[in-house]
Amino acid sequence: MNIATATETRPPVPGAAPLRDTIAIRGLNFYYGEARALKNITLPLYENRATAFIGPSGCGKSTLLRVLNRMYDLYPGQRAEGQVLFDGANILEPNLDLNLLRARIGMVFQKPTPFPMTIYENIAFGIRLYEKLPKSELDGRVEQALQRGALWNEVKDKLNANGLSLSGGQQQRLCIARTVAVRPEVILFDEPCSALDPISTAKIEGLIDELKADYTIVIVTHNMQQAARVSDHTAFMYLGELIEFDQTNRIFTSPSDRRTQDYITGRFG
Amino acid sequence: MDASLYASRKRRNIVAATASYAATFVGLSWLALILGVLFWQGFGGVSLRVFTEMTPPPGAVGGLLNAIVGSLIMTGLAVIIGAPIGVLAGTYMAEYGRHRRLTNVVRFVNDILLSAPSIVVGLFIYEVMVRPMEHFSGMAGAVVLAMLVIPVMVRTTEDMLTLVPDTLREAAASIGLPRSLMIRQVAYRAAKAGIVTGLLLAVARISGETAPLLFTALNNQFYSTNLNAPMSSLPAVIFQFALSPYKDWQDLAWTGALIITLAVLIMSITARALTATRKPS
Repeated sequence: MNIATATETRPPVPGAAPLRDTIAIRGLNFYYGEARALKNITLPLYENRATAFIGPSGCGKSTLLRVLNRMYDLYPGQRAEGQVLFDGANILEPNLDLNLLRARIGMVFQKPTPFPMTIYENIAFGIRLYEKLPKSELDGRVEQALQRGALWNEVKDKLNANGLSLSGGQQQRLCIARTVAVRPEVILFDEPCSALDPISTAKIEGLIDELKADYTIVIVTHNMQQAARVSDHTAFMYLGELIEFDQTNRIFTSPSDRRTQDYITGRFG
Repeated sequence: MDASLYASRKRRNIVAATASYAATFVGLSWLALILGVLFWQGFGGVSLRVFTEMTPPPGAVGGLLNAIVGSLIMTGLAVIIGAPIGVLAGTYMAEYGRHRRLTNVVRFVNDILLSAPSIVVGLFIYEVMVRPMEHFSGMAGAVVLAMLVIPVMVRTTEDMLTLVPDTLREAAASIGLPRSLMIRQVAYRAAKAGIVTGLLLAVARISGETAPLLFTALNNQFYSTNLNAPMSSLPAVIFQFALSPYKDWQDLAWTGALIITLAVLIMSITARALTATRKPS
């Protein structure tokens, strides 16, 4: 594993502040029943940066992502051991308030998942969970979130249409807006473009790039060009292990591990 | 390609297709025959009087008002009692207890209840309600119908909620939605059309039930909305009048049968329409 070099590196922008890790994963192991899916992962996730998890199918990258908001808690028989420090506290603690955690660490899924309600309600729903706002202010927040999701211009005249009536790419941007509306600190993307066409993919990637200014981004992707385009740091995983973590440009130009090199050059995976 | 092989395959295809068409035709023609006779015999008796007057003594004119009202009251009560229990149990099975052993037990018991002959359920309610109360009652009739509504609702609620994709539940969880709110605001919304369809089918099923009502609500010649007294119902009146030797009673039985059939037909079509407009997810 080659983590030491990554923590020493400076951000790509010269003169910028040193990196602060929003989330620090330490010695994380994950089990599906008896099967160990993540092996002793240690990894920082930096503030206002996008970190990509790449690796062949079954390497544990989605599993790792789903540990970060405890999504695995919905299913029996799945458990994590180790530490995931977020704001100094270990989020793997059993008595943690999961709903509050998920309000702070949002997630966007592989398939767009709008709720079966209007476009407006899809956004307002999440806001109302945490804040009691007068209608006018709520309208403003909904517009703001849809702006943030780069969807406002396309839907401003049909806010009362069903969220499911939008195209796939629009639905995905609606889901991003819905996540942003709750005002999280971290946004997790689980292969957000794998069900989308190239134009929609480009829009989402542009969006992720913009969101970095305000959020810590983690993205799981199968698409190495995408990892190279949107992320600042990349973690290459293989068979449940973190093989290499470094600045994205280094991973893609001069990886230090042979397996990383083989994977990014398409020799396996 | 072996031409004879192809020819024999083609012949077998024609035979099979013909047999399928014939079977469909025979099946549908029975249905058409039943509906045809029902309309032929029942439609002549339909008049305002049917909906405004009580069941008559032999030889007198009258209607089916007491039976219609009785059926509406007992069916309505059965839904009020049975639907919430069924929906809540189905919700437990699909949402909270999906991976628990209890759910499998409940599902197994529910399947037995679903296929239990209604007359057995009627006897059960007779034992636990009618005998201790020492008289037949509309309430007992409503309870027995509720017992028939519950397993249908449990089954459809569980099935429809299970069809709601897990990704939607995860999406709800990902914005910090507590499970109870997720179920009410997201899962129920996504499963709404299916659950309503199940409810309509349950109502369609109980509106024709006769045997369990004979043990519980019995029948009442007079207009009565008293739940503590015997209550009339369309199926019971049809049963009684159709078996009678009187022509005017028999005619009323046909009319009653037509009314039930039309009501069930409308509910089935509504259920179909609801299912058809449901978005595939």
